[in-house]
Amino acid sequence: MSVVQNMEAIIEVKNLDLYYGDFQALKKIDTSIEKNKVSALIGPSGCGKSTFLRTLNRMNDLISGVTTKGEVTFEGREIYDQDLDVVALRRKIGMVFQKPNPFPKSIYENVAYGPRRSGVKNKKDLDQIVEESLKEAALWEEVKDRLNKSALGLSGGQQQRLCIARALAMKPQVLLMDEPTSALDPIATNRIEDLITQLKEHYTIVIVTHSMHQAARISDKTAFFLMGELIEQGDTDKIFTTPRDQRTEDYVTGRFG
Amino acid sequence: MKGILLSILTIVKPRGESVSPRKKLENSSWNLTKSYKNRIREFLIEKIIFILGITALLIMGLIFVFLIQTGIRLFEDVSLGQFLFGREWYPNATNARFGILPMIVGSIMVTMGAILISVPIGIGSAIFIAEVAPPKTKTVFKLTIEFLSAIPSVVLGFLGIVVLSNWVRISFNLSSGFTVLTGSIVIALMALPTIISVADDAIRALPGEYREASYALGASKWETIKNVLLPAASSGIIAGVMLGVGRAIGETMAVMMVMGNAVQIPSTYLESGRTLTATIAAEMGDTVRNGTHYNALFAIGVVLLIMTSVINTISEWVLHRAQREGK
Amino acid sequence: MVNTVNEKNMEMKRDRQKKIREKLMFGLFTLCMLAVVIPTLLIIGFIVVKGIGTVNWSFLTEMPRMGMKEGGIFPAIVGTLYLVLGTIIFSLPLGVGAAIYLTEYAKQGRLTRLIRIAVLNLAGVPSVVYGLFGLGLFVFFMGFGSSILAGSLTLACLILPIIITTSEEAIKSVPDSYREASLALGASKWETIARVVLPLAIPGIMTGGILGIGRAAGETAPILLTVAAFFIPRLPGSVFDQVMALPYHLYIVSTQVPGMPESIKYGTALVLLGVVGVFFAFATIIRLKFKQMSHLD
Repeated sequence: MSVVQNMEAIIEVKNLDLYYGDFQALKKIDTSIEKNKVSALIGPSGCGKSTFLRTLNRMNDLISGVTTKGEVTFEGREIYDQDLDVVALRRKIGMVFQKPNPFPKSIYENVAYGPRRSGVKNKKDLDQIVEESLKEAALWEEVKDRLNKSALGLSGGQQQRLCIARALAMKPQVLLMDEPTSALDPIATNRIEDLITQLKEHYTIVIVTHSMHQAARISDKTAFFLMGELIEQGDTDKIFTTPRDQRTEDYVTGRFG
Repeated sequence: MKGILLSILTIVKPRGESVSPRKKLENSSWNLTKSYKNRIREFLIEKIIFILGITALLIMGLIFVFLIQTGIRLFEDVSLGQFLFGREWYPNATNARFGILPMIVGSIMVTMGAILISVPIGIGSAIFIAEVAPPKTKTVFKLTIEFLSAIPSVVLGFLGIVVLSNWVRISFNLSSGFTVLTGSIVIALMALPTIISVADDAIRALPGEYREASYALGASKWETIKNVLLPAASSGIIAGVMLGVGRAIGETMAVMMVMGNAVQIPSTYLESGRTLTATIAAEMGDTVRNGTHYNALFAIGVVLLIMTSVINTISEWVLHRAQREGK
Repeated sequence: MVNTVNEKNMEMKRDRQKKIREKLMFGLFTLCMLAVVIPTLLIIGFIVVKGIGTVNWSFLTEMPRMGMKEGGIFPAIVGTLYLVLGTIIFSLPLGVGAAIYLTEYAKQGRLTRLIRIAVLNLAGVPSVVYGLFGLGLFVFFMGFGSSILAGSLTLACLILPIIITTSEEAIKSVPDSYREASLALGASKWETIARVVLPLAIPGIMTGGILGIGRAAGETAPILLTVAAFFIPRLPGSVFDQVMALPYHLYIVSTQVPGMPESIKYGTALVLLGVVGVFFAFATIIRLKFKQMSHLD
């Protein structure tokens, strides 16, 4: 597969295989993620797109029986190296999950959680981080008067933006989003999509989505996965208008499961 | 070493006031290589948790080692046959005898009696809780049963002395109410919560389709319970009964207080008897460390440990199998 | 025509018999249940009624006098509290640590299986065997003598399986999504456990802990061999001292001292039952609250 090697690539993946026990979930993935762009990963469920996303911040480490082969580099550093600090890596590559999962703590404590773990103790610094992050996630105006209330009292959409703010608090380079709007209503989905477009100015975003419309609306690059293989990737408009592979065409035109 | 020093230095280094806290955060974790500090920390925590994790195993091992190591010394003076099958127990006589057959029989009799009483009642109660009782009643009854299991055995023993033994004496027209039967009744009460809760779990764990399929065939609730649920939950119920047996054999204070503790093989349930557990608890205070009597009590402990371990292992195995079948 | 009517009648009759049989069986089950519940309530009621007249401030706070036939049971209460405190200090960190190991760190394998078997077996070891073990290991081998320390350690071993099992349940009930969220924010595994998992598991751990102490407070056989004193009319000075304890005291006053007044026996039984009951009530309340909370989620 010919990938245009871009000088601005922040993550590069070469020959990546991933197995759950004997089952091969990812086959020979080659791709690169470009800086300050929104990259969408699409494909039918079970195609490996979420699994692939989770290889980028090594969240697959948590599942027993997972083995990976191949190369994944972040800013030129191989992330599956023995002496790589996964904790430090995850501070650089944040993640937002499918279901909003704020901690059952206050809104403030949710955002301050990451910075606290990285040793920020000063109350003033924390206040500043919390405010900046919530502003960046377009949630500040809604919650500034109830920072000490439980995060579980927020609506689903607000909870998801809180999770984004929580990830942004660490000032990561990359933000991984695993179907972040699948549990939300259309209005809340819209707000998150707007937010993603704003965020790409400062962050590199990789988003897994089950909605082709969402991919078309918000992403610059799209990669199509099928049964563990990366079938086609490139500029989003090209993928959606003039796909090279028949299977991609079938999927984006809705002729596919 | 250098790494540790460096990381200490970076912590101590004063921070520039002008840089925003998030910028500092961004810069702080630029080094993606594991620091020595983190490596040592991770390693230590993992090792400490591991040690805590294996304490249960360690204690189980130590229990066996300490009991066997002391108990085995008895056999320098007494043969295993004399110990297990001897009918005479005179630990303090000049010509001391250490036969525990009466106690083995006593323990088995009181346990069997308790099981005969508690199994029908327990299974009936479990069916009532799992299938018949309305939710509110269920909660209240379950709570009562849990409290029953929390009542100290010495309290039940005390009531056995002041109430139950009189009742047994008068009902059966005996000269003394301290009998094996009295022990069995008290132990039955103590084994009931175990039997009920395990059997109740087993019945309720059955998939709803079992009931639906049976009702769809026109079976009544009772027919469904009798023909479908009870057979399907039988392993779980058996496991509950076995756990109850384990609890009954190991029970100490209550039986010691209500059975009269005569060293004899009781010919009926209306005679006094003595259990293995009561012998240890009652006589340890009179022994000299490492004397034959002391060793003999530890040997009894080994016998008890083996009995309960076998019973518990079998019941856990049955329960495990029941859970697998349920899935 | 007649035939079908007859058949219908027969069927109705069979149905009625079925109904009656079902009623009878269910009645029998209700009786079974009552055969458990009524004695339990009678036991509680009997001890409360007979003991309440004795239990007053001076009974709770005075030393026993006249060979324990008069006065209060203060040293036994204090002794039990010391033992309970010691037990929890040893068993809680050990038990919670073991539960963390089993749920968060242990890999499937022979060692983990062995540990689980050990925990299950420990739960079935008779309490008097724990007494022998404590006597051999703590009193003699480690040289603590018959003491609060030896007794607490023995009781800690006894309730360890309860603490491990309940803590494990509590830790397992914390949803994985919280662990993922924390790890994805660059928290280490231990930070995730300490800051996210354990705080959420605390109600469950406390329930187990309190049930465990309730059990420890009522046990007699283990302390009989490792700590309990027949009669010491003063409070312990250090952890190496012997103490009196409520369950052992009840055993003594009800079997070992001839001519003991009934009131002292029932009073002691009521206080012991009360202590255990308070622990039980606490554990139940926490558990019910916790259940409600998880329903809201």
